[in-house]
Amino acid sequence: MADDLKTPVDEDRVFTLNFGPQHPAAHGVLRMVMDLDGEIVDRIDSHIGLLHRGTEKLLEYKTYLQGLPYFDRLDYVAPMNQEHAWCLAIEKLVGLEVPRRASFIRVLYSEMGRILNHLLNIGTQIMDCGALTPITWAFEEREKLMGFYERACGSRLHAAYFRPGGVHQDLPQDLIDDIMVFIEAFPAALARIEGLVTENRIFKQRNVDIGVVDEETILKYGFSGVMVRGSGLAWDLRRSQPYEIYSEIPQDVFPVIVGRNGDNYDRYVCRMEEMLVSNDIMRWCIENMPKGDVLAPNSKVAPPRRGEMKRSMEALIHHFKLYTEGFHVPEGEVYAAVEAPKGEFGVYLVADGSNRPYRVKLRAPGFPHLAAMDHLCRGYQLADVSAILGSLDIVFGEIDR
Amino acid sequence: MSDQSEALSDLGDHIASSMPDAVRRFEVRRGDLVLYVERDSIVALCEFLKTDSTCLFETLIDLCGVDFPERGRRFEVVYHFLSMRMNQRIRIKISTDEDTPVPTLVHLHPSAEWFEREAFDMYGIRFAGHPDMRRLLTDYGFEGFPLRKDFPLTGYTEVRYDDLEKRVVHEPVALLQEYRNFDFLSPWEGMTAVMPGGEQDNLAESKEEEGA
Repeated sequence: MADDLKTPVDEDRVFTLNFGPQHPAAHGVLRMVMDLDGEIVDRIDSHIGLLHRGTEKLLEYKTYLQGLPYFDRLDYVAPMNQEHAWCLAIEKLVGLEVPRRASFIRVLYSEMGRILNHLLNIGTQIMDCGALTPITWAFEEREKLMGFYERACGSRLHAAYFRPGGVHQDLPQDLIDDIMVFIEAFPAALARIEGLVTENRIFKQRNVDIGVVDEETILKYGFSGVMVRGSGLAWDLRRSQPYEIYSEIPQDVFPVIVGRNGDNYDRYVCRMEEMLVSNDIMRWCIENMPKGDVLAPNSKVAPPRRGEMKRSMEALIHHFKLYTEGFHVPEGEVYAAVEAPKGEFGVYLVADGSNRPYRVKLRAPGFPHLAAMDHLCRGYQLADVSAILGSLDIVFGEIDR
Repeated sequence: MSDQSEALSDLGDHIASSMPDAVRRFEVRRGDLVLYVERDSIVALCEFLKTDSTCLFETLIDLCGVDFPERGRRFEVVYHFLSMRMNQRIRIKISTDEDTPVPTLVHLHPSAEWFEREAFDMYGIRFAGHPDMRRLLTDYGFEGFPLRKDFPLTGYTEVRYDDLEKRVVHEPVALLQEYRNFDFLSPWEGMTAVMPGGEQDNLAESKEEEGA
């Protein structure tokens, strides 16, 4: 003991620390081997793949429709946004037109997914910085939204609601009314969380000027989503390469939120503001939602309605063929991307003309973000690592696939 | 739509004429510009794409392998680039086989580091000059390349915790039930498999021929 006390301070202080894979701030199963110089991070070697389930391989053995539920299990925080990219890729290859009402419902639920995701992310980010209350308030709101998921498709998380050609079922009017009630109340709920956190001295000390992302880093490391917008670049696929009905949404309902400094704090503020924007988009969708079909009438791809099947033999045959053989996608390849809450989620689909995909590559937004962890954390302190990790918005379902 | 594909084919012309040695051919399909490129000139081409004022493809969005076992050079490496400034995308393809390494892009696009590690992990595609080529997604000590078409869906080994040995053990896969792989392809649309009992028909036919 006495010898320990005599150890000179200026001796070599470089040591290696193992962070995770079972660590509450690792947001899942992330193992990082960190080389530290005292408390300063020298190098981070991330080990991922502990949640690898081989989704891309499994998709090659399933029909296109059977593959769809795997997308809920990627980023399980905002499941429908992933399904959306898969449906867009298939629709692009088949050349399928989505009915207008289905487009509105898709946008409505995509924005709901964005709120779900950001609520969880800011909740956990704040918790990583030491505040335990906001996450419980955020989960209260999440619970309401997952109720809307359940009422639309029957399950809270693994929705399988978006289908190639539209969405599975129409929304009942009382569900739409209840969503409207939520929309009216949500800004106040968000303001409550904001009142605790946004000007909080401790939260600011942990996040302002930490994890600064500059333009060069964004381009070099393939960042997307809030990681780009937090640094002041107005890049949003919903605006720059619009899909569905995003191009019709007026500018005052849907402005692109950008930060200024690109640090953790700006990204937090961006996410807060984006939730309000998503809330406005949801309101706009409900107010402007047309009546009509929610699935494409092409029964070679989209299944016939239940009522039709009771009367028409042909519809029954189509239904049987679609749920056994599945539909055939013409030979070709396509890349479809959506602005998922975490950034650009892309599907690169190679089809060989059969009823199964030949190759699917899932481009998860969190993957390049986590890959840049070493670059982002170098020179910061050990305690900043978990704050930076929190603001990267990491979910292992999509990174490990 | 047609304006867009015209602009893309103009862009393809521009790239092909500026880098005639690198670009084999290009095409615009379904609104995507696809370049087929010589493997060894991929770095030079990407450097050009990154700096040329009409291209500015500064972000490597995705890099992945695709396996075509029936081809001579079985792997395709597919790059997706995005230009945020010009708001355009491009897809680049090169081909390689198990032994021929592909020049790495890490020095131009650091995001390629993990993408290339993943492609190596899944397909065994080698990247020359990569600073840290290790497996990425599979388990420590994993063998084989799981996304190759000749790798079975179930894999070769399974893992369980052995209570007697007090450690995790790897064993060959033992399936209680044969893996079911149904052939649902409709007989009207090119089904090639022989139906159960169908081999009888062929037998009868061949016997008749023999008799005659």
